[in-house]
Amino acid sequence: MYILLIALALLLVGPFLWMLIVALTTKGDLFAPPHIFIVNSINEIAGCFNDSGFSCLANFKEVWSSFPMVRFLVNSIIISVSGILINLFIASLAAYPLARLDFPGRNIIFYGMLATLMLPEEANLIVNFITCGWFGLMDNLLGVILPGAASVFGIFLMRQAYLTVPKELEDAARLDGATDWQIWAHIMLPLARPALATLAIFSFVAYWNTFLWPLIILQDPNKFPLSVGLSWLAGTFSSKFRVVAAGGVIAILPVIVVFLALQRHFLKGISQGAVKS
Amino acid sequence: MLRLKITLVAYLFLIPALVLLALFTFYPVTLGIILSFFKYNIISPPEFVGLGNYIQLFKDPKFVIAMQNSLVYLLVVPCIQIASIALAILVNQNIRGISLFRALYYVPVITSIVIVAIIWRWILGDNGMLNSILKLFAGGGEGIHWLTNPATALVSVMFVTFWKGIGYYMVIYLAGLSAIPPELEEASRIDGANKWQTIWHVILPLLKPSIALSTIISSIAALKVFGEIFVMTEGGPLFSTTTMVYYIYEEAFTKLHLGYASAIGVVLALAIGAFSYLNVRFFREGGLESY
Repeated sequence: MYILLIALALLLVGPFLWMLIVALTTKGDLFAPPHIFIVNSINEIAGCFNDSGFSCLANFKEVWSSFPMVRFLVNSIIISVSGILINLFIASLAAYPLARLDFPGRNIIFYGMLATLMLPEEANLIVNFITCGWFGLMDNLLGVILPGAASVFGIFLMRQAYLTVPKELEDAARLDGATDWQIWAHIMLPLARPALATLAIFSFVAYWNTFLWPLIILQDPNKFPLSVGLSWLAGTFSSKFRVVAAGGVIAILPVIVVFLALQRHFLKGISQGAVKS
Repeated sequence: MLRLKITLVAYLFLIPALVLLALFTFYPVTLGIILSFFKYNIISPPEFVGLGNYIQLFKDPKFVIAMQNSLVYLLVVPCIQIASIALAILVNQNIRGISLFRALYYVPVITSIVIVAIIWRWILGDNGMLNSILKLFAGGGEGIHWLTNPATALVSVMFVTFWKGIGYYMVIYLAGLSAIPPELEEASRIDGANKWQTIWHVILPLLKPSIALSTIISSIAALKVFGEIFVMTEGGPLFSTTTMVYYIYEEAFTKLHLGYASAIGVVLALAIGAFSYLNVRFFREGGLESY
Protein backbone atom coordinates (compact mmCIF):
# COMPACT_ATOMS: atom_id res chain seq x y z
CA MET A 1 0.00 0.00 0.00
CA TYR A 2 2.70 2.46 0.99
CA ILE A 3 4.66 1.48 -2.08
CA LEU A 4 1.80 2.61 -4.26
CA LEU A 5 1.42 5.86 -2.34
CA ILE A 6 5.13 6.59 -2.54
CA ALA A 7 5.26 5.74 -6.25
CA LEU A 8 2.43 8.17 -6.92
CA ALA A 9 4.12 10.80 -4.78
CA LEU A 10 7.28 10.41 -6.85
CA LEU A 11 5.27 10.77 -10.01
CA LEU A 12 3.57 13.95 -8.83
CA VAL A 13 6.40 15.61 -6.94
CA GLY A 14 9.36 14.04 -8.75
CA PRO A 15 9.55 16.59 -11.56
CA PHE A 16 10.00 19.37 -8.99
CA LEU A 17 12.74 17.42 -7.23
CA TRP A 18 14.37 16.95 -10.60
CA MET A 19 14.29 20.69 -11.18
CA LEU A 20 15.86 21.21 -7.77
CA ILE A 21 18.67 18.79 -8.55
CA VAL A 22 19.29 20.35 -11.94
CA ALA A 23 19.40 23.79 -10.33
CA LEU A 24 21.98 22.63 -7.83
CA THR A 25 24.39 20.99 -10.30
CA THR A 26 26.79 22.61 -12.69
CA LYS A 27 28.50 19.77 -14.47
CA GLY A 28 27.53 16.43 -15.88
CA ASP A 29 25.40 15.45 -18.77
CA LEU A 30 21.84 16.62 -18.42
CA PHE A 31 20.77 14.06 -20.94
CA ALA A 32 22.39 11.06 -19.35
CA PRO A 33 20.26 8.05 -18.50
CA PRO A 34 18.40 8.66 -15.23
CA HIS A 35 20.34 6.40 -12.87
CA ILE A 36 23.69 7.84 -13.96
CA PHE A 37 22.25 11.32 -13.77
CA ILE A 38 20.98 10.89 -10.22
CA VAL A 39 24.19 9.35 -8.96
CA ASN A 40 26.40 12.02 -10.53
CA SER A 41 24.17 14.80 -9.31
CA ILE A 42 24.06 13.57 -5.74
CA ASN A 43 27.84 13.22 -5.80
CA GLU A 44 28.22 16.77 -6.95
CA ILE A 45 25.74 18.20 -4.47
CA ALA A 46 27.29 16.29 -1.58
CA GLY A 47 30.70 17.53 -2.66
CA CYS A 48 29.39 21.05 -2.80
CA PHE A 49 28.84 21.18 0.93
CA ASN A 50 32.53 20.56 1.51
CA ASP A 51 33.43 23.27 -0.92
CA SER A 52 33.71 26.68 0.65
CA GLY A 53 32.58 28.54 -2.43
CA PHE A 54 29.22 26.75 -2.53
CA SER A 55 29.71 26.09 -6.20
CA CYS A 56 26.39 24.35 -6.50
CA LEU A 57 24.72 27.68 -6.00
CA ALA A 58 26.40 28.97 -9.16
CA ASN A 59 23.20 28.76 -11.16
CA PHE A 60 21.36 30.76 -8.55
CA LYS A 61 24.06 33.40 -8.63
CA GLU A 62 23.83 33.60 -12.40
CA VAL A 63 20.05 33.92 -12.40
CA TRP A 64 20.30 36.55 -9.71
CA SER A 65 22.81 38.64 -11.63
CA SER A 66 21.39 38.41 -15.14
CA PHE A 67 17.75 38.87 -14.30
CA PRO A 68 16.06 41.27 -11.91
CA MET A 69 14.94 38.35 -9.75
CA VAL A 70 14.56 40.57 -6.72
CA ARG A 71 12.28 42.86 -8.71
CA PHE A 72 10.24 39.89 -9.90
CA LEU A 73 9.94 38.64 -6.33
CA VAL A 74 9.00 42.05 -4.98
CA ASN A 75 6.42 42.55 -7.72
CA SER A 76 4.86 39.18 -7.02
CA ILE A 77 4.71 40.02 -3.32
CA ILE A 78 3.15 43.43 -3.98
CA ILE A 79 0.57 41.95 -6.33
CA SER A 80 -0.26 39.05 -4.03
CA VAL A 81 -0.49 40.94 -0.76
CA SER A 82 -2.50 43.85 -2.20
CA GLY A 83 -4.63 41.41 -4.13
CA ILE A 84 -5.42 39.39 -1.02
CA LEU A 85 -6.34 42.45 1.03
CA ILE A 86 -8.58 43.91 -1.65
CA ASN A 87 -10.15 40.52 -2.33
CA LEU A 88 -10.93 39.90 1.34
CA PHE A 89 -12.31 43.40 1.77
CA ILE A 90 -14.60 43.29 -1.24
CA ALA A 91 -15.79 39.71 -0.80
CA SER A 92 -16.52 40.01 2.92
CA LEU A 93 -18.49 43.19 2.29
CA ALA A 94 -20.45 42.04 -0.74
CA ALA A 95 -21.39 38.66 0.68
CA TYR A 96 -23.21 40.13 3.68
CA PRO A 97 -26.29 41.52 1.92
CA LEU A 98 -26.41 38.46 -0.30
CA ALA A 99 -26.52 36.21 2.73
CA ARG A 100 -28.59 38.13 5.21
CA LEU A 101 -30.55 40.98 3.71
CA ASP A 102 -33.63 40.95 1.55
CA PHE A 103 -33.72 43.69 -1.05
CA PRO A 104 -34.88 44.19 -4.63
CA GLY A 105 -32.37 43.00 -7.20
CA ARG A 106 -30.77 40.47 -4.90
CA ASN A 107 -31.57 37.48 -7.09
CA ILE A 108 -30.51 39.22 -10.28
CA ILE A 109 -27.17 40.12 -8.76
CA PHE A 110 -26.69 36.62 -7.33
CA TYR A 111 -27.45 34.81 -10.57
CA GLY A 112 -25.55 37.39 -12.57
CA MET A 113 -22.46 36.66 -10.50
CA LEU A 114 -23.06 32.93 -10.90
CA ALA A 115 -23.20 33.35 -14.67
CA THR A 116 -19.80 35.02 -14.74
CA LEU A 117 -18.24 31.84 -13.35
CA MET A 118 -19.05 30.15 -16.62
CA LEU A 119 -17.53 32.71 -18.90
CA PRO A 120 -14.01 32.30 -20.17
CA GLU A 121 -12.08 35.23 -18.70
CA GLU A 122 -9.91 35.04 -21.75
CA ALA A 123 -12.61 36.61 -23.89
CA ASN A 124 -12.69 39.55 -21.46
CA LEU A 125 -8.96 40.09 -21.79
CA ILE A 126 -9.33 42.12 -24.95
CA VAL A 127 -11.84 44.58 -23.55
CA ASN A 128 -10.07 44.78 -20.19
CA PHE A 129 -6.89 45.57 -22.10
CA ILE A 130 -8.67 48.48 -23.78
CA THR A 131 -10.35 49.58 -20.52
CA CYS A 132 -7.06 49.66 -18.67
CA GLY A 133 -5.68 51.75 -21.51
CA TRP A 134 -8.39 54.36 -20.92
CA PHE A 135 -7.80 54.50 -17.20
CA GLY A 136 -4.06 54.77 -17.58
CA LEU A 137 -3.53 51.41 -15.91
CA MET A 138 -1.42 50.05 -18.72
CA ASP A 139 1.93 48.67 -17.64
CA ASN A 140 0.85 49.26 -14.07
CA LEU A 141 0.75 46.80 -11.17
CA LEU A 142 -2.66 48.14 -10.15
CA GLY A 143 -3.90 47.15 -13.58
CA VAL A 144 -2.75 43.62 -12.83
CA ILE A 145 -4.53 43.48 -9.47
CA LEU A 146 -7.85 45.20 -10.08
CA PRO A 147 -9.59 43.05 -12.69
CA GLY A 148 -9.38 39.97 -10.49
CA ALA A 149 -10.07 41.80 -7.25
CA ALA A 150 -13.82 41.21 -7.21
CA SER A 151 -13.67 37.46 -7.00
CA VAL A 152 -17.09 35.87 -7.38
CA PHE A 153 -15.64 32.68 -5.93
CA GLY A 154 -14.61 34.69 -2.87
CA ILE A 155 -18.03 36.32 -2.54
CA PHE A 156 -19.75 32.94 -2.66
CA LEU A 157 -17.32 31.49 -0.15
CA MET A 158 -17.98 34.30 2.32
CA ARG A 159 -21.71 34.04 1.70
CA GLN A 160 -21.59 30.35 2.65
CA ALA A 161 -19.76 31.29 5.83
CA TYR A 162 -22.25 34.01 6.78
CA LEU A 163 -25.16 31.64 6.15
CA THR A 164 -23.86 29.33 8.84
CA VAL A 165 -23.88 32.04 11.50
CA PRO A 166 -26.85 31.33 13.82
CA LYS A 167 -29.71 33.67 13.16
CA GLU A 168 -30.32 34.07 16.91
CA LEU A 169 -27.07 35.97 17.30
CA GLU A 170 -28.09 38.39 14.61
CA ASP A 171 -31.62 38.77 15.98
CA ALA A 172 -30.31 39.43 19.46
CA ALA A 173 -27.99 42.10 18.11
CA ARG A 174 -30.79 43.77 16.20
CA LEU A 175 -32.96 43.79 19.33
CA ASP A 176 -30.11 45.59 21.05
CA GLY A 177 -30.28 48.19 18.31
CA ALA A 178 -27.21 47.27 16.29
CA THR A 179 -26.90 48.59 12.75
CA ASP A 180 -25.99 46.33 9.86
CA TRP A 181 -22.45 47.66 9.91
CA GLN A 182 -22.03 46.68 13.52
CA ILE A 183 -23.55 43.27 12.93
CA TRP A 184 -21.21 42.74 10.02
CA ALA A 185 -18.10 43.93 11.85
CA HIS A 186 -18.69 42.38 15.26
CA ILE A 187 -20.63 39.19 14.54
CA MET A 188 -20.33 38.07 10.93
CA LEU A 189 -16.71 38.84 10.30
CA PRO A 190 -15.18 37.26 13.43
CA LEU A 191 -17.26 34.11 13.03
CA ALA A 192 -16.28 33.81 9.38
CA ARG A 193 -12.58 33.84 10.11
CA PRO A 194 -11.90 30.31 8.75
CA ALA A 195 -13.53 31.29 5.47
CA LEU A 196 -11.44 34.46 5.38
CA ALA A 197 -8.32 32.38 5.92
CA THR A 198 -9.33 29.97 3.17
CA LEU A 199 -10.04 32.85 0.80
CA ALA A 200 -6.70 34.42 1.67
CA ILE A 201 -4.88 31.21 0.78
CA PHE A 202 -6.74 30.82 -2.50
CA SER A 203 -6.15 34.46 -3.39
CA PHE A 204 -2.47 34.12 -2.61
CA VAL A 205 -2.03 31.11 -4.87
CA ALA A 206 -4.11 32.70 -7.65
CA TYR A 207 -2.30 36.04 -7.56
CA TRP A 208 1.14 34.50 -7.12
CA ASN A 209 0.66 32.26 -10.16
CA THR A 210 -1.26 34.65 -12.39
CA PHE A 211 0.36 34.65 -15.79
CA LEU A 212 -1.71 35.52 -18.83
CA TRP A 213 -3.10 38.86 -17.68
CA PRO A 214 0.18 40.40 -16.45
CA LEU A 215 1.82 39.06 -19.61
CA ILE A 216 -0.60 41.11 -21.67
CA ILE A 217 -0.78 44.28 -19.67
CA LEU A 218 2.84 44.77 -18.56
CA GLN A 219 5.59 45.89 -20.89
CA ASP A 220 8.36 47.02 -18.57
CA PRO A 221 10.35 43.95 -17.48
CA ASN A 222 10.98 45.61 -14.14
CA LYS A 223 7.30 45.30 -13.37
CA PHE A 224 7.04 41.60 -14.20
CA PRO A 225 5.94 39.26 -11.46
CA LEU A 226 7.76 35.95 -11.10
CA SER A 227 5.49 34.03 -13.47
CA VAL A 228 6.02 36.36 -16.40
CA GLY A 229 9.65 36.94 -15.48
CA LEU A 230 10.27 33.22 -15.45
CA SER A 231 8.69 32.77 -18.86
CA TRP A 232 10.94 35.56 -20.15
CA LEU A 233 13.92 33.87 -18.50
CA ALA A 234 13.06 30.54 -20.06
CA GLY A 235 12.88 32.15 -23.45
CA THR A 236 16.19 33.96 -23.17
CA PHE A 237 18.08 31.10 -21.57
CA SER A 238 16.41 28.32 -23.50
CA SER A 239 19.69 26.43 -23.81
CA LYS A 240 20.90 26.90 -20.25
CA PHE A 241 18.30 24.92 -18.41
CA ARG A 242 20.24 24.90 -15.16
CA VAL A 243 19.86 28.64 -14.87
CA VAL A 244 16.18 28.48 -15.73
CA ALA A 245 15.77 25.71 -13.16
CA ALA A 246 17.36 27.93 -10.52
CA GLY A 247 14.88 30.64 -11.38
CA GLY A 248 12.08 28.12 -11.17
CA VAL A 249 13.16 27.01 -7.71
CA ILE A 250 13.15 30.62 -6.51
CA ALA A 251 9.68 31.16 -7.96
CA ILE A 252 8.18 28.01 -6.56
CA LEU A 253 9.64 27.97 -3.08
CA PRO A 254 7.33 30.57 -1.43
CA VAL A 255 4.16 28.87 -2.62
CA ILE A 256 5.28 25.39 -1.58
CA VAL A 257 6.48 26.60 1.81
CA VAL A 258 3.26 28.49 2.49
CA PHE A 259 1.21 25.55 1.28
CA LEU A 260 2.95 22.83 3.27
CA ALA A 261 2.75 24.98 6.39
CA LEU A 262 -0.96 25.70 6.01
CA GLN A 263 -2.07 22.61 4.14
CA ARG A 264 -4.47 21.46 6.79
CA HIS A 265 -6.52 24.65 6.55
CA PHE A 266 -6.19 24.72 2.81
CA LEU A 267 -7.48 21.23 2.09
CA LYS A 268 -10.15 21.56 4.73
CA GLY A 269 -11.35 24.83 3.21
CA ILE A 270 -11.68 23.36 -0.25
CA SER A 271 -13.57 20.30 0.93
CA GLN A 272 -15.99 22.46 2.85
CA GLY A 273 -16.67 24.48 -0.26
CA ALA A 274 -17.12 21.35 -2.33
CA VAL A 275 -19.50 19.63 0.07
CA LYS A 276 -21.69 22.69 0.49
CA SER A 277 -22.09 23.19 -3.23
CA MET B 1 -39.35 53.25 4.72
CA LEU B 2 -37.52 50.42 6.44
CA ARG B 3 -37.41 48.58 3.13
CA LEU B 4 -35.72 51.55 1.49
CA LYS B 5 -33.17 51.75 4.26
CA ILE B 6 -32.36 48.05 3.98
CA THR B 7 -31.99 48.37 0.22
CA LEU B 8 -29.66 51.32 0.62
CA VAL B 9 -27.49 49.55 3.16
CA ALA B 10 -27.39 46.41 1.01
CA TYR B 11 -26.16 48.31 -2.01
CA LEU B 12 -23.59 50.19 0.05
CA PHE B 13 -22.07 46.86 1.02
CA LEU B 14 -22.21 45.72 -2.56
CA ILE B 15 -20.83 48.79 -4.31
CA PRO B 16 -17.08 47.98 -4.34
CA ALA B 17 -17.76 44.50 -5.74
CA LEU B 18 -20.41 45.69 -8.19
CA VAL B 19 -18.23 48.49 -9.54
CA LEU B 20 -15.30 46.16 -10.18
CA LEU B 21 -17.48 43.40 -11.57
CA ALA B 22 -19.35 45.81 -13.81
CA LEU B 23 -16.12 47.30 -15.08
CA PHE B 24 -14.08 44.15 -15.58
CA THR B 25 -16.65 41.43 -16.17
CA PHE B 26 -20.14 42.57 -17.22
CA TYR B 27 -18.89 45.43 -19.38
CA PRO B 28 -16.26 43.34 -21.20
CA VAL B 29 -18.79 40.64 -21.92
CA THR B 30 -21.19 43.14 -23.46
CA LEU B 31 -18.53 45.10 -25.29
CA GLY B 32 -16.89 41.87 -26.42
CA ILE B 33 -20.08 40.84 -28.11
CA ILE B 34 -20.41 44.27 -29.72
CA LEU B 35 -16.75 44.29 -30.73
CA SER B 36 -17.21 41.01 -32.56
CA PHE B 37 -19.23 42.87 -35.17
CA PHE B 38 -16.40 45.28 -35.90
CA LYS B 39 -12.89 45.29 -37.27
CA TYR B 40 -10.63 46.95 -34.70
CA ASN B 41 -6.89 47.11 -34.19
CA ILE B 42 -6.47 49.98 -31.71
CA ILE B 43 -4.54 52.08 -34.18
CA SER B 44 -7.42 52.96 -36.47
CA PRO B 45 -11.06 53.54 -35.44
CA PRO B 46 -13.39 50.53 -35.38
CA GLU B 47 -15.04 49.59 -38.63
CA PHE B 48 -18.45 47.98 -38.65
CA VAL B 49 -18.53 44.66 -40.53
CA GLY B 50 -21.72 43.08 -39.22
CA LEU B 51 -21.47 39.32 -39.39
CA GLY B 52 -18.27 39.57 -41.41
CA ASN B 53 -16.05 38.21 -38.65
CA TYR B 54 -18.30 35.23 -38.08
CA ILE B 55 -18.51 34.40 -41.76
CA GLN B 56 -14.75 34.62 -42.00
CA LEU B 57 -14.45 32.41 -38.91
CA PHE B 58 -16.31 29.51 -40.38
CA LYS B 59 -14.30 29.69 -43.59
CA ASP B 60 -11.06 29.93 -41.63
CA PRO B 61 -9.20 26.60 -41.63
CA LYS B 62 -7.25 27.63 -38.55
CA PHE B 63 -10.49 28.17 -36.64
CA VAL B 64 -11.66 24.68 -37.58
CA ILE B 65 -8.34 23.27 -36.39
CA ALA B 66 -8.59 25.24 -33.14
CA MET B 67 -12.10 23.97 -32.52
CA GLN B 68 -11.09 20.39 -33.27
CA ASN B 69 -8.11 20.64 -30.94
CA SER B 70 -10.28 22.05 -28.18
CA LEU B 71 -12.80 19.25 -28.61
CA VAL B 72 -10.01 16.65 -28.53
CA TYR B 73 -8.72 18.35 -25.40
CA LEU B 74 -12.03 17.49 -23.73
CA LEU B 75 -10.88 13.86 -23.75
CA VAL B 76 -8.68 14.86 -20.84
CA VAL B 77 -11.80 15.22 -18.69
CA PRO B 78 -12.82 11.55 -18.30
CA CYS B 79 -9.16 10.60 -17.81
CA ILE B 80 -8.67 13.12 -15.01
CA GLN B 81 -11.96 12.24 -13.34
CA ILE B 82 -11.37 8.49 -13.31
CA ALA B 83 -7.81 8.96 -12.05
CA SER B 84 -8.87 11.44 -9.37
CA ILE B 85 -11.67 9.22 -8.11
CA ALA B 86 -9.24 6.32 -7.88
CA LEU B 87 -6.72 8.53 -6.10
CA ALA B 88 -9.35 9.83 -3.69
CA ILE B 89 -10.49 6.31 -2.82
CA LEU B 90 -6.85 5.39 -2.31
CA VAL B 91 -6.11 8.25 0.09
CA ASN B 92 -9.41 8.02 1.89
CA GLN B 93 -7.95 5.62 4.43
CA ASN B 94 -6.88 6.59 7.90
CA ILE B 95 -3.38 5.16 7.82
CA ARG B 96 -0.41 6.98 9.26
CA GLY B 97 0.97 9.86 7.28
CA ILE B 98 -1.86 9.89 4.76
CA SER B 99 -2.33 13.62 5.09
CA LEU B 100 1.25 14.12 3.96
CA PHE B 101 0.53 12.16 0.80
CA ARG B 102 -2.65 14.13 0.19
CA ALA B 103 -0.68 17.35 0.47
CA LEU B 104 2.07 16.04 -1.83
CA TYR B 105 -0.45 15.04 -4.47
CA TYR B 106 -1.84 18.56 -4.33
CA VAL B 107 1.52 20.27 -4.91
CA PRO B 108 1.30 20.36 -8.73
CA VAL B 109 -2.03 22.16 -8.42
CA ILE B 110 -0.66 25.13 -6.52
CA THR B 111 2.45 25.66 -8.58
CA SER B 112 2.51 28.13 -11.42
CA ILE B 113 1.57 26.68 -14.80
CA VAL B 114 4.64 28.41 -16.20
CA ILE B 115 7.03 26.42 -14.05
CA VAL B 116 5.13 23.19 -14.60
CA ALA B 117 5.17 23.71 -18.35
CA ILE B 118 8.88 24.59 -18.38
CA ILE B 119 9.77 21.46 -16.42
CA TRP B 120 7.67 19.21 -18.62
CA ARG B 121 8.93 20.88 -21.77
CA TRP B 122 12.38 19.70 -20.76
CA ILE B 123 11.30 16.26 -19.59
CA LEU B 124 9.42 15.71 -22.85
CA GLY B 125 12.13 17.27 -25.00
CA ASP B 126 13.80 15.25 -27.72
CA ASN B 127 16.77 14.71 -25.41
CA GLY B 128 14.81 14.92 -22.20
CA MET B 129 14.43 12.66 -19.21
CA LEU B 130 11.51 10.68 -20.63
CA ASN B 131 13.36 9.73 -23.78
CA SER B 132 16.43 8.85 -21.70
CA ILE B 133 14.33 6.40 -19.69
CA LEU B 134 12.70 5.00 -22.82
CA LYS B 135 16.05 4.55 -24.55
CA LEU B 136 17.24 2.66 -21.50
CA PHE B 137 14.47 0.12 -21.85
CA ALA B 138 14.54 -0.01 -25.63
CA GLY B 139 18.30 -0.38 -25.73
CA GLY B 140 18.99 2.75 -27.75
CA GLY B 141 16.96 4.25 -30.51
CA GLU B 142 15.89 7.79 -31.06
CA GLY B 143 13.12 8.31 -28.57
CA ILE B 144 9.82 9.94 -29.44
CA HIS B 145 9.55 13.58 -30.50
CA TRP B 146 6.79 14.31 -28.04
CA LEU B 147 6.51 18.02 -28.56
CA THR B 148 7.85 18.41 -32.08
CA ASN B 149 5.78 15.74 -33.78
CA PRO B 150 2.31 17.04 -34.70
CA ALA B 151 0.87 13.60 -33.96
CA THR B 152 2.01 13.53 -30.33
CA ALA B 153 2.21 17.20 -29.37
CA LEU B 154 -1.43 17.64 -28.34
CA VAL B 155 -1.48 14.48 -26.24
CA SER B 156 1.74 15.56 -24.54
CA VAL B 157 0.28 18.90 -23.55
CA MET B 158 -2.93 17.19 -22.44
CA PHE B 159 -0.86 14.93 -20.21
CA VAL B 160 0.60 17.97 -18.47
CA THR B 161 -2.90 19.31 -17.83
CA PHE B 162 -3.82 15.87 -16.47
CA TRP B 163 -0.77 15.71 -14.23
CA LYS B 164 -1.33 19.17 -12.82
CA GLY B 165 -5.06 18.72 -12.25
CA ILE B 166 -5.39 15.33 -10.55
CA GLY B 167 -4.78 16.64 -7.05
CA TYR B 168 -7.43 19.34 -7.40
CA TYR B 169 -10.23 16.92 -8.19
CA MET B 170 -8.89 14.38 -5.72
CA VAL B 171 -9.72 16.85 -2.97
CA ILE B 172 -13.24 17.42 -4.27
CA TYR B 173 -13.82 13.67 -4.37
CA LEU B 174 -12.33 13.23 -0.90
CA ALA B 175 -14.94 15.63 0.38
CA GLY B 176 -17.63 13.71 -1.46
CA LEU B 177 -16.38 10.40 -0.09
CA SER B 178 -16.39 11.73 3.45
CA ALA B 179 -20.12 12.41 3.11
CA ILE B 180 -20.85 8.75 2.45
CA PRO B 181 -21.84 6.97 5.67
CA PRO B 182 -19.46 4.05 6.29
CA GLU B 183 -22.43 1.85 7.21
CA LEU B 184 -23.38 1.61 3.56
CA GLU B 185 -19.97 0.26 2.65
CA GLU B 186 -20.09 -2.21 5.52
CA ALA B 187 -23.59 -3.36 4.57
CA SER B 188 -22.39 -3.95 1.04
CA ARG B 189 -19.46 -6.01 2.27
CA ILE B 190 -21.73 -8.04 4.55
CA ASP B 191 -23.89 -8.77 1.55
CA GLY B 192 -20.82 -10.37 -0.03
CA ALA B 193 -19.72 -7.72 -2.49
CA ASN B 194 -16.01 -7.40 -3.22
CA LYS B 195 -14.16 -4.09 -3.38
CA TRP B 196 -14.84 -3.43 -7.06
CA GLN B 197 -18.54 -4.20 -6.76
CA THR B 198 -18.80 -1.96 -3.75
CA ILE B 199 -17.13 0.85 -5.61
CA TRP B 200 -19.17 0.46 -8.74
CA HIS B 201 -22.61 -0.09 -7.20
CA VAL B 202 -22.48 1.82 -3.94
CA ILE B 203 -19.76 4.47 -3.90
CA LEU B 204 -19.90 5.80 -7.44
CA PRO B 205 -23.67 6.44 -7.52
CA LEU B 206 -23.38 8.24 -4.18
CA LEU B 207 -20.50 10.27 -5.57
CA LYS B 208 -22.64 11.56 -8.41
CA PRO B 209 -22.91 15.20 -7.22
CA SER B 210 -19.12 15.41 -6.87
CA ILE B 211 -18.67 13.81 -10.29
CA ALA B 212 -21.13 16.28 -11.78
CA LEU B 213 -19.41 19.27 -10.20
CA SER B 214 -15.93 18.07 -11.15
CA THR B 215 -16.89 17.23 -14.72
CA ILE B 216 -18.34 20.67 -15.29
CA ILE B 217 -15.33 22.44 -13.79
CA SER B 218 -12.95 20.16 -15.68
CA SER B 219 -14.72 20.59 -19.03
CA ILE B 220 -14.72 24.36 -18.72
CA ALA B 221 -11.05 24.30 -17.76
CA ALA B 222 -10.21 22.04 -20.71
CA LEU B 223 -11.92 24.42 -23.12
CA LYS B 224 -10.04 27.36 -21.58
CA VAL B 225 -6.58 25.83 -21.51
CA PHE B 226 -3.76 28.23 -22.39
CA GLY B 227 -0.65 28.32 -20.18
CA GLU B 228 0.67 24.87 -21.03
CA ILE B 229 0.35 25.52 -24.74
CA PHE B 230 1.90 28.98 -24.58
CA VAL B 231 5.01 27.76 -22.79
CA MET B 232 5.45 24.29 -24.27
CA THR B 233 4.52 24.48 -27.91
CA GLU B 234 3.26 27.98 -28.80
CA GLY B 235 0.40 26.47 -30.71
CA GLY B 236 2.59 24.32 -32.90
CA PRO B 237 3.94 22.25 -34.44
CA LEU B 238 1.80 22.91 -37.48
CA PHE B 239 -1.03 24.30 -35.31
CA SER B 240 -1.55 20.87 -33.74
CA THR B 241 -1.77 22.42 -30.31
CA THR B 242 -3.60 25.60 -31.20
CA THR B 243 -6.73 25.54 -29.08
CA MET B 244 -9.50 28.13 -28.93
CA VAL B 245 -8.03 30.36 -26.25
CA TYR B 246 -4.55 30.23 -27.73
CA TYR B 247 -6.06 31.21 -31.07
CA ILE B 248 -7.83 34.15 -29.39
CA TYR B 249 -4.55 35.21 -27.82
CA GLU B 250 -2.71 35.06 -31.14
CA GLU B 251 -5.31 36.96 -33.10
CA ALA B 252 -5.85 39.60 -30.41
CA PHE B 253 -2.42 40.27 -29.01
CA THR B 254 0.04 39.34 -31.69
CA LYS B 255 -1.96 40.29 -34.77
CA LEU B 256 -4.18 42.96 -33.18
CA HIS B 257 -7.31 41.58 -34.90
CA LEU B 258 -9.38 42.57 -31.88
CA GLY B 259 -12.78 42.34 -33.56
CA TYR B 260 -12.04 38.94 -35.05
CA ALA B 261 -10.67 37.67 -31.74
CA SER B 262 -13.80 38.88 -29.98
CA ALA B 263 -15.90 36.87 -32.39
CA ILE B 264 -13.89 33.76 -31.54
CA GLY B 265 -14.43 34.62 -27.89
CA VAL B 266 -18.18 34.79 -28.36
CA VAL B 267 -18.22 31.41 -30.08
CA LEU B 268 -16.12 29.95 -27.26
CA ALA B 269 -18.41 31.41 -24.60
CA LEU B 270 -21.41 29.85 -26.35
CA ALA B 271 -19.60 26.52 -26.55
CA ILE B 272 -18.80 26.63 -22.83
CA GLY B 273 -22.37 27.57 -22.05
CA ALA B 274 -23.67 24.69 -24.16
CA PHE B 275 -21.28 22.24 -22.52
CA SER B 276 -22.16 23.33 -19.02
CA TYR B 277 -25.83 22.99 -19.84
CA LEU B 278 -25.30 19.50 -21.27
CA ASN B 279 -23.33 18.51 -18.20
CA VAL B 280 -26.03 19.71 -15.84
CA ARG B 281 -28.73 17.87 -17.78
CA PHE B 282 -26.64 14.71 -17.85
CA PHE B 283 -26.09 14.66 -14.13
CA ARG B 284 -29.64 15.39 -13.15
CA GLU B 285 -30.03 13.60 -9.84
CA GLY B 286 -28.09 11.26 -7.64
CA GLY B 287 -26.20 11.20 -4.40
CA LEU B 288 -27.60 10.38 -1.02
CA GLU B 289 -31.14 11.28 -2.06
CA SER B 290 -31.31 8.38 -4.49
CA TYR B 291 -31.22 6.08 -1.47
